[in-house]
Amino acid sequence: MPQIDQVMSTYGSQLFWLVITFGLIYFVIGRSMLPKVQGTIDLRRSKVSADIAAAKAAHARADEIEESYREAQARARDAALAVTAEAKATGARESEIKVKQADAGIAAHLAEAEAAIAAQQASALTEIEAVAVEAAQDIVAKLTPVKVTKPQVNRAVKGALANA
Amino acid sequence: MAAEAGKIDPMHQFEIAPVFQGGFDLAGQTITFTNSALWMLLTLVALWVFMLGGMKRELVPGRWQLMVESCADFIDNMLLSNVGQEGRKYTPYVFSLFMFILFANILGLLPIGVLGGHPFTVTSHLTVTGILALLSFGIVLVVGFTRHGLHFFSLFIPHGTPLPMIPFIFVVELLSFLVRPFSLGLRLFVAMTAGHILLKVLAGFVINSSNAGVGYGLMVGLPSLTLMVGISALELLVAAVQAYVFALLTSLYINDAVNLH
Repeated sequence: MPQIDQVMSTYGSQLFWLVITFGLIYFVIGRSMLPKVQGTIDLRRSKVSADIAAAKAAHARADEIEESYREAQARARDAALAVTAEAKATGARESEIKVKQADAGIAAHLAEAEAAIAAQQASALTEIEAVAVEAAQDIVAKLTPVKVTKPQVNRAVKGALANA
Repeated sequence: MAAEAGKIDPMHQFEIAPVFQGGFDLAGQTITFTNSALWMLLTLVALWVFMLGGMKRELVPGRWQLMVESCADFIDNMLLSNVGQEGRKYTPYVFSLFMFILFANILGLLPIGVLGGHPFTVTSHLTVTGILALLSFGIVLVVGFTRHGLHFFSLFIPHGTPLPMIPFIFVVELLSFLVRPFSLGLRLFVAMTAGHILLKVLAGFVINSSNAGVGYGLMVGLPSLTLMVGISALELLVAAVQAYVFALLTSLYINDAVNLH
């Protein structure tokens, strides 16, 4: 086995070259290149975790905004409901007042009209009396030779009308 | 693959040979640029190119960047779950260890023999795995003693040990602790060596039986080739698993040193 046969003749050379190559690997690769690679890994990890944290914060913020939006919406709806209810109430009050006013006007008109009708009825009755007196006088004059005076006829007509 | 007179040596792939002649002496050892050194350098270059793909530092990573980041995150999590927040300090070391072993294992499995190259598995050598294991063990010792001082020895006395048992348990625990670098280094070395020998032996079957005739080739060569395909897939898994085991055990040992159980 050459590895054992040659140990005594080659260990110096093996040691020499191993120290050089492994030393270069340790100092150039392990000590200067590896930390940069690890730095890149660490940088990426911190970036990823920072991004995730930022995304979580943004998510929470979005939830907050939605919550406040909902609140505002609910408030606006309540306000709108209150305004409509008030408008309804005032509308009802106003229409009540108007109806009352209109009732009063109608009642006044009715009273006036009734008074006018009563007045016209009264004047019509007096006119009918006058016409009846003349007609009765004329009928009496044409049918009988008796001369009747106006006051007589008048009394007679009144009596007849009162009896009618 | 020394095919000398039809004989294929499955151990030849582990031989260390200079790529360039010449070298220099250092403390009684001749330092030459060997095939092992070449593959260590290739591992370094491949790993560097791989890591370059992860340096784009884009917020949304591409496939390559994601691969690099997955590896980094994997080791980071391993230390975080085994050692805790303090363990992240050791991520550069464990990451280097894991990636070096993984890339060396996989590069050694590349089928560049087809192109005439000679793949060499750095991690199939006891010298390399042993040095890495001793390095991990040394770090555990240094961290343990600097953090806890002599109190570090309490690691060898588990909680709730009856008083008369303490000396005995202490010796057993100390032995198991001292065996760690050997088991750590041997495990990787043996796993890599065994897989490569198995593949090479089966490849020898394919070549020798095909040379012996069509009948032998169909009877022996074809099943061997089929088996090789399966074992190659298994070896890719072993390459990753062994790198993982080495890194995991290192992080567990660091946990002992940092937290004392």
